[in-house]
Parts: sequence; C-alpha cells; structure tokens
Amino acid sequence: MYAFTYHRPKSVADAVALLGQFEDPKLLGGGQTLLPTLKQRLARPSDLIDLGQIPELQGIREEAGGLTVGAFTRHAEVAHSETVRRVIPALASLAEGIGDRQVRNMGTLGGSICNADPSADYPAAIVALKATVRTDRREIAGDDFFTGMFETALEPGEIVTAVHFQKPDKAAYAKFRNPASRYAIVGVFVAVFGSEVRVAVTGAGPSVFRADDMEAALAQDFRADALNGASVSAAGLNADIHASADYRAHLVRVMARRAVEACG
Amino acid sequence: MPCTVSMTVNGKAVSREVEERTLLVTFLRDQLGLTGTHVGCDTSQCGACVVHVDGRSVKSCTMLAAQADGAAVTTIEGLAAADGTLHPMQAAFREHHGLQCGFCTPGMVMSAVDLVTTNPSPSEHEVREGLEGNICRCTGYHNIVKAVMAGAEAMQGGTMKAAAE
Repeated sequence: MYAFTYHRPKSVADAVALLGQFEDPKLLGGGQTLLPTLKQRLARPSDLIDLGQIPELQGIREEAGGLTVGAFTRHAEVAHSETVRRVIPALASLAEGIGDRQVRNMGTLGGSICNADPSADYPAAIVALKATVRTDRREIAGDDFFTGMFETALEPGEIVTAVHFQKPDKAAYAKFRNPASRYAIVGVFVAVFGSEVRVAVTGAGPSVFRADDMEAALAQDFRADALNGASVSAAGLNADIHASADYRAHLVRVMARRAVEACG
Repeated sequence: MPCTVSMTVNGKAVSREVEERTLLVTFLRDQLGLTGTHVGCDTSQCGACVVHVDGRSVKSCTMLAAQADGAAVTTIEGLAAADGTLHPMQAAFREHHGLQCGFCTPGMVMSAVDLVTTNPSPSEHEVREGLEGNICRCTGYHNIVKAVMAGAEAMQGGTMKAAAE
C-alpha cells in the first residue's frame, strides 16, 4: 500500500469539506474492495476519508411504506434486521448472500453501490425496487444511478448518504454465484408493484440492466413458464474465465425463473 | 505520516504510533507481538487473520488499524481463560482433531465463536456456510465442522468459561 493521510470525520458536512481539500482523496466505507485495491497498489489516493464514525450515515428505518437504509449500513446489519426482513425480506436475503460472513460484517451498502462493480448484488435491488439514492446534495433515481462498469451518476466530491427502497408486493433475488468470490456471475432481482413487474439483472452486463422482454412477459402472466419465450441477447454481455456471454444470457432466464418461483 | 491508534485488545488498553496505512493484522502481530493471528493469503479470502472487532468477526488483513481505533479487539490469544483453560471452541477443535497443520485454526476458531454467538445451535449446513470465509488446505473441513458443532454445544452448556467480549 502506498502511504496516504487518514481522516475520520464525524459528520457528512465535514467529510464533504475534506473531500474538497485534497488532491486525490478517496472515501472509505467498509473497505472490502478499496483496501485490497490499495494493497495491490492499483490506486494511490492522497487521502482516505473514513465514513465509519458518522451517525447520520447509519441505520435502517421505515419510511413512506418502504425502507431507508443509511449508506454506512453494513451488509450483515441489513441481513439480520427485523425491519428489513418484515418489510422487504428479499433485500435481507440478498444482503445475506454477499461475500462471506466477515465481508458482510464490514462491507457497506454505500460502498457497494458507489463502487458499481458489474457483479455486485445491490445494484439489482436498487433498480428492481425503484430505489432513490440520496446524496449530500440531491436525490438520484435508482434507474439513473448506474451508468456503466464501475461508473455512477455521482459527481466528484458527492457523498451517498442513504438509499430509499420502495416496498414491492412481492420480490425475490436469485443468483448464480462464483463459488470462490460469491460475486454474482448472474443475479436477477424480480419485484412486483401492482401491475408492474421489474426484472433487474446484475453480473451479466457491464452494469445492471432491466430485462424488458421478461418484464413484459411477466406482467401478462406472472409464472416462471411465461419466461420460456423471453430472453436477453448475449450481445454485449460479459465474458470471462467464469462464463461466456452466451452462458450468461442463458443464466439470466434460469435465475429469473428461480426468482419468480421464489416470489410464490 | 504516523498516527496514534488506541484500542482494547484482549481486554487490555493499548496505544501505539503507527503509519496510517498499517493493517490491523500488522498492528496485532508486529506492534503487539500477538502472532496467533495469521496472515495466509493477504487478499481477504482465506480467513487465517480473522479476529473480533466489537464482537464481530472481521478479516484483519482487510482493515486498517486506524479503523479499529477506539474498538474492542479479541484475538485467538484472548479466548482462553486467564488460567490457561481453553475456550470450549478451542477444546472442541483439539478433541475432534479439527486441524492438521494448524495454520488456519486461529481464524477458524474465531469465526466459529462468532457464528455460535449469533446462532447458538447451528445445523451442519449452517456451520459450513458460516465458515465460507475460512479456507483450510489440509483437513477437508469434516473434522472442523464436527469440532464447531461440538464447540457450539459446549458453549451452550457453559461447561467452560467463555471469553469476555
């Protein structure tokens, strides 16, 4: 790891002020991606601003029928929260499937979505649950937040403070995970809001996307078999040593079927 | 630039001046001499470095010492009672041969204690899932799982003094 200066602000305002002061600062959430990156010397920030001691970034509460989750809420807290399990159980089970126990004890919601890893789990929930990402200066619709591989709509110096998830009538997340890293090779989050069905796919493409054909098919007939005629194109999907683009396209339908079945 | 980090380690208050980039595992091993916490893969995969920070198991190779400033840390050295009586989970690992070379054992035991603290009577499947973040290259896990199940039962029965954490 290259040397950096470490800061631990006590408020979002202080963190924003610090961000503006230095040449190449980075925000530190739980550090489960950033610290391994630094250890490999793939990044060289001048300053690390640890968000771990800011009370306003923490906590889970019900709001407007849905859930508001602070950006610094750790995956384990979401997984074990009675409130999350009652209001949006699919979100708790998604969090429970991230990484391993120790990663879940450190990793945070804000850290995950700001990193925007193409195979992270949370992006699928942000899009499927019609979430709103709140920052120190505005609100960003979940549909607009992820703009590409490791890219978001955030401006330089902008800090995510919380995410508001809408409560679906029913929802489920199914993922085909990499057995070593537990990242999603393909993950599909299906959520039903009245007559609207959302199918958000992570892991398959450069960034989370909605499977339009599948949404249309499920809106007409919410059964796994309704997906038999729907598919996603393999064009532009990720291909690596774990899975080809064609295989990922196939997995999208399989995971979507599992998610629909899990919705009950 | 050096910074001062202060925390409670195994019940004892410690304070040291370290480089800001110092990892918690480096702090524990090199500054405090607590070499029971191992560095295996150094890439947050193997779990040999698992310790408890404020009661939660974490990989100390993927946390800065500065992030643990003000926290209560427990390492494998802090599990046994002051008179040397092993923690029930340690005793179960010995009894059930839950180790071969022993390199992964401190992390396995720390993860197991955390698992049982939140799930006092885990099923075999839950134990295997709970140990996802720990890799053993010798035993094939069978005896480790047996040891954790037995350790969980012993912790329930309170036959031995549990670590203060």
